[in-house]
Amino acid sequence: MPGPDKETDLTERLEAFLSDLKRGGSGTGPLRSSAETARETTALLRRITAQARWSSAGDLMEIIRKEGRRMTAAQPSETTVGNMIRRVLKIVREEYARSRGSSEEADQQESLHKMLTSGGLSEENFRQHFAPLRANVIEAINELLTELGNLEPAVRLSVRLTSSATASFLKEGTTDNIAMQALEHIHSNEVIMTIGRSRTVEAFLKNAGRKRKFHVIVAECAPFCQGHEMATNLSKDGIETTVITDAAIFAVMSRVNKVIIGTQTVLANGGLRAVNGTHTLALAAKHHSTPLIVCAPMFKLSPQFPNEEDTFHKFVSPHEVLPFTEGEILSKVNVHCPVFDYVPPELITLFISNIGGHAPSYIYRLMSELYHPEDHEL
Amino acid sequence: MADSGVTDGPEKKEDIERAKNEGKELSKEEKQRLRKEKKQQKKSKEKKDEKEKEKEKKSGGSTATAPQAQPSTQKAPPAVPAPVSNSVPASEPAIPADKPTKSKAELKAERRARQEAERATKQTKKGEPGQQSATGKPKAPPSELQPVVKRLPEHVQVDDPDVLKKLAKKLERQQIPLRSDYGYKVSLFSHLHQYSRKAPPTQQLSIPSTVIHPAIVRLGLQYSQGIVAGSNARSVALLHAFKQVIRDYTTPPNEELSRDLVNKLKPYISFLNQCRPLSASMGNAIKYIKKEISNIPSQCKEEEAKSKLLNNIEWYINEKIILAAKAIAVSSIEKISDGDVILVYGCSSLVNHILCEAFDKQRKFRVIVVDSRPRLEGREALRRLVQKGISCTYVLISAVSYILPEVSKVFLGAHALLANGYVMSRVGTSQIALVAKAFNVPVLVCCETYKFCERVQTDSFVSNELDDPDDLIVTRKDFVDLVITDLGMIPCTSVPVVLRVKNVDQ
Repeated sequence: MPGPDKETDLTERLEAFLSDLKRGGSGTGPLRSSAETARETTALLRRITAQARWSSAGDLMEIIRKEGRRMTAAQPSETTVGNMIRRVLKIVREEYARSRGSSEEADQQESLHKMLTSGGLSEENFRQHFAPLRANVIEAINELLTELGNLEPAVRLSVRLTSSATASFLKEGTTDNIAMQALEHIHSNEVIMTIGRSRTVEAFLKNAGRKRKFHVIVAECAPFCQGHEMATNLSKDGIETTVITDAAIFAVMSRVNKVIIGTQTVLANGGLRAVNGTHTLALAAKHHSTPLIVCAPMFKLSPQFPNEEDTFHKFVSPHEVLPFTEGEILSKVNVHCPVFDYVPPELITLFISNIGGHAPSYIYRLMSELYHPEDHEL
Repeated sequence: MADSGVTDGPEKKEDIERAKNEGKELSKEEKQRLRKEKKQQKKSKEKKDEKEKEKEKKSGGSTATAPQAQPSTQKAPPAVPAPVSNSVPASEPAIPADKPTKSKAELKAERRARQEAERATKQTKKGEPGQQSATGKPKAPPSELQPVVKRLPEHVQVDDPDVLKKLAKKLERQQIPLRSDYGYKVSLFSHLHQYSRKAPPTQQLSIPSTVIHPAIVRLGLQYSQGIVAGSNARSVALLHAFKQVIRDYTTPPNEELSRDLVNKLKPYISFLNQCRPLSASMGNAIKYIKKEISNIPSQCKEEEAKSKLLNNIEWYINEKIILAAKAIAVSSIEKISDGDVILVYGCSSLVNHILCEAFDKQRKFRVIVVDSRPRLEGREALRRLVQKGISCTYVLISAVSYILPEVSKVFLGAHALLANGYVMSRVGTSQIALVAKAFNVPVLVCCETYKFCERVQTDSFVSNELDDPDDLIVTRKDFVDLVITDLGMIPCTSVPVVLRVKNVDQ
């Protein structure tokens, strides 16, 4: 029967995705980019919408939430998964509201007003059945996918198993948008500093490098030293690159004109969760009054706040820091190897995303456009 | 006398070339001749010197530099009016005619005098008069009016090809090989030497070299390969090597021990400088040794003088390093309270000493050791502390902002303390101080007085050491330049407390 087959097929894909998430978050080995994760999550959600059994919007949202909770539990630090789930939930709500016939404007009232008058909305339990809802939702998710940059589910599945080289053939929509803004920000003969490896920043700098001549300093990012890879990629494109150790960040900062970094997540208060060492970089830039620019596509924006200390940090094996060869002192020493750093919003000058540039204080507004407040807690 | 000096010029040069090729030192007669020339120059300049000495004393800097100001003024003027005094005895109309032959003698005398002037403190005059100073006379007074104008040390002027040539010539005549630069230069740092650790300076040194004492050669190799690192360790190793040199030294006949020994030390110092630029502490140690040597009265017997020198060096090591460490430890232990979490960076012998002493005095505290690639010196500190029994945590410098909220104090060691209050230390120290300030954690810098230095610097670019870039990557990449800097700066604004010991004589 096609039904159960489809179901098992769906659950298989889900399980594969979950195990991939769990494994892929270790930090070593081929790292998957956030954009890929976002795309796969969205594609998986589309498949759920298409194949799962649901009759009303409320059912669909329940299913999505349930799967979403499993996905975020598999890898809590991979916030793009949660972001995409919330985006899809918002899409479902919108489509439902549109089918019900309520006007668009009512939905886009000021958020404060909505909170006070939300008595009306909370009665919505999304129980009404609309036949074209499925098709509408799938169409909206397709739009989201084009925004993220890809449409073919089959190709993407094979991509997940093969190397990331094939992934680069696929068009990366958001990164292109960001890269196109590069020329406004980078001028000739500037010295730009960055840390670690970010595909967004790489594309950004490469795009500017086609027309302008400038110099890039990359701080290698111990202990995984992804800065080396970034530097090689940049130099292949003919951009003059220098690699420095993390310790030399402050020493070199006096000669730097701009600092451009990528991030893993943008938090709800405008702060960042970025690779370790970014906070030091941000402090040094503040001290020398150098502008700090963050290139982050919209799908990295997360409604989390940085208060929850126990879920904020992720640690990896300290093997890179103190190898097992130092055996005799290992047992008496604690070794920490955090992966992320929190950067407060006061240190950031500008966010560049696929919809343009904004100040960190504007982030809350963007969030209200992307996510529904009730979805903040999955 | 000067005429004979002039006409002997070309022959002298040949002699010197011959001597070099045979690997022997310059013969006695040549040395005597040169010394007589110098004496004569000194006499002719005495009138001018008196005027300048008075000016210097009025405008002189700290007391530590006063004793050096005198010898430097005596040595520096010969550099400037060397051509002048040469031309004075010769007939006036003959000056333009004699110019070509004179220039060689000028060059040599100038170089010799300049070499001695360079080894003095950094308070020499700015800029070289160069070969075109037949008009040296008007130059002399203006430059001597500003005795505190410093001449740029040549290790900061690598991108100037003239300076490089002069350096090469100077080393040639001291028979020390010039260290080959790393093939690739980083543009940001083109004004500094970039050496590859793979090409040690002794590769070009011939084996039976009698110019450099083997203890010094060994020391130089240890410096360049990074086996001896840390400013205290380097200074102590230097002093020990000098002790060995003094023990093996025999005064040649017709020579005064005080002067000859000082001259002997100069090529050693150049060699060590080539291996690794001298640190402030080493510079101060060398100054002290030279002062002691030149203070030896001439009627002293050789054995007596040598033992006196050795004692002095022992005293210096003891007082300035060991006792200073104890004094600093005593005052800093008061700052450590029970339950403290202390952050240290890299491996500073002084800070390790302080922590071990505090642990012995039964203070309860925890230590976090921060380390950075590629040197990874923190592991050494970690080993020492763990062996003592102190509970430690180990992180890399990129994790510093994660771990700083738990820290109550930061202890840093210093490499040198500059005249404007800045602290010069291992790269990364400034970062730690910056982040600590952002979290309102007090930073304490521990530094012995002998590390004080009169230079002034605002950032880490002006004078620095670049290390071998091959340490950073495993595979070679064509377009990527790699840089490690050795010294970072902490401005005094982020250092709330500086611990040091005041010494009476300095």
